Amino acid sequence: MAHVHEHEHDENAGAEQRKAIWRTFWILLAITALEFLIAFTLDAGVLKTAIFVGMTIVKAFYIVGEFMHLKHEVKSLIWSILIPCIFVVWLLIALMREGGSIFDLR
Amino acid sequence: MAATAQPNVKNVWLGGVEPMKASYGKLMMWFFLISDTFTFSALLVAYGLVRFSSPAYVGQVADFVASPAYWPIPEKVFDAIPFFHGLHAPLVFVGIMTFILIFSSVTMVLAVEAGHRMDRAAVEKYMLWTILGGATFLGCQAWEWTHFIVGTDSGTVVKELINGDWVTHTVFGANLTQNQYGPPAFADFFFFITGFHGTHVLSGVILNFLVFYRTATGLYERRGHYEMVEKIGLYWHFVDLVWVFVFTFFYLV
Repeated sequence: MAHVHEHEHDENAGAEQRKAIWRTFWILLAITALEFLIAFTLDAGVLKTAIFVGMTIVKAFYIVGEFMHLKHEVKSLIWSILIPCIFVVWLLIALMREGGSIFDLR
Repeated sequence: MAATAQPNVKNVWLGGVEPMKASYGKLMMWFFLISDTFTFSALLVAYGLVRFSSPAYVGQVADFVASPAYWPIPEKVFDAIPFFHGLHAPLVFVGIMTFILIFSSVTMVLAVEAGHRMDRAAVEKYMLWTILGGATFLGCQAWEWTHFIVGTDSGTVVKELINGDWVTHTVFGANLTQNQYGPPAFADFFFFITGFHGTHVLSGVILNFLVFYRTATGLYERRGHYEMVEKIGLYWHFVDLVWVFVFTFFYLV
């Protein structure tokens, strides 16, 4: 962390960063509020589920990217975190289909 | 390796080199979080499998009545808030919990930012807010669990085959074998998934307190950096991230 060794107690130091943090917070809050709106206005179905999953991924992107700072790390670190998660997505889809087929066979 | 011929290049085997430009501690925290991701995914994937292999509720949402015969609609199960007994407020309480956790994530990242400026007082302040947020979330979860275990006033009438006879009885609340809201598996997943997440929040609060204590006693100031705040911060954001997924897959869809 070479770029952060600014030991002088400057009031403006990190102001840009703090602005980005609060912006991320408002985005996350707005998405959560929107999720509530959709939960009570839209009928259950594939579209509703797709919207919820999409919004969850957007929220995850902001939390991991901004709060956990992954967006600003080197590419190799970003990919070492993201690639294993692809297997999780695959397993989720595979076992949900499997569950549907278990239901049909029962 | 050409490095051996250059006297000024640091020896990669004797420390001081940061692969992926992240310190040892931060990199190890990332690897731990990836393994923890797999654990939580296993629980959520199992939930998806069981949910899709169970009968779904067919019919109007407004007419929904809880029964062990089909999977419940979450907004019909989690519709209570403290001090308003009998009020139908679907998902409001869990929404408040989500807000609390996201907000505590913000105060955590503000503590990390203050650490970069070596601003000890600000780190202390934001760590205290983060601890408060985490403790409030745990309190909310304790209430939510109590409500889920105790159940509603009327309960659900269940017909069960016991020793060859059909027995009708009323089930109140849920435990690992009986559930008034739906199939027993629904309650099992509720306890395991939110319980496992709650355990993470608890250990997060303990770690946050430790970081606060060591900030307050000036350990990180003497050390010259607040990297520990960053490392514990990564863990805390991960806990928040998991809740975002639990909120969607358990409460919304």
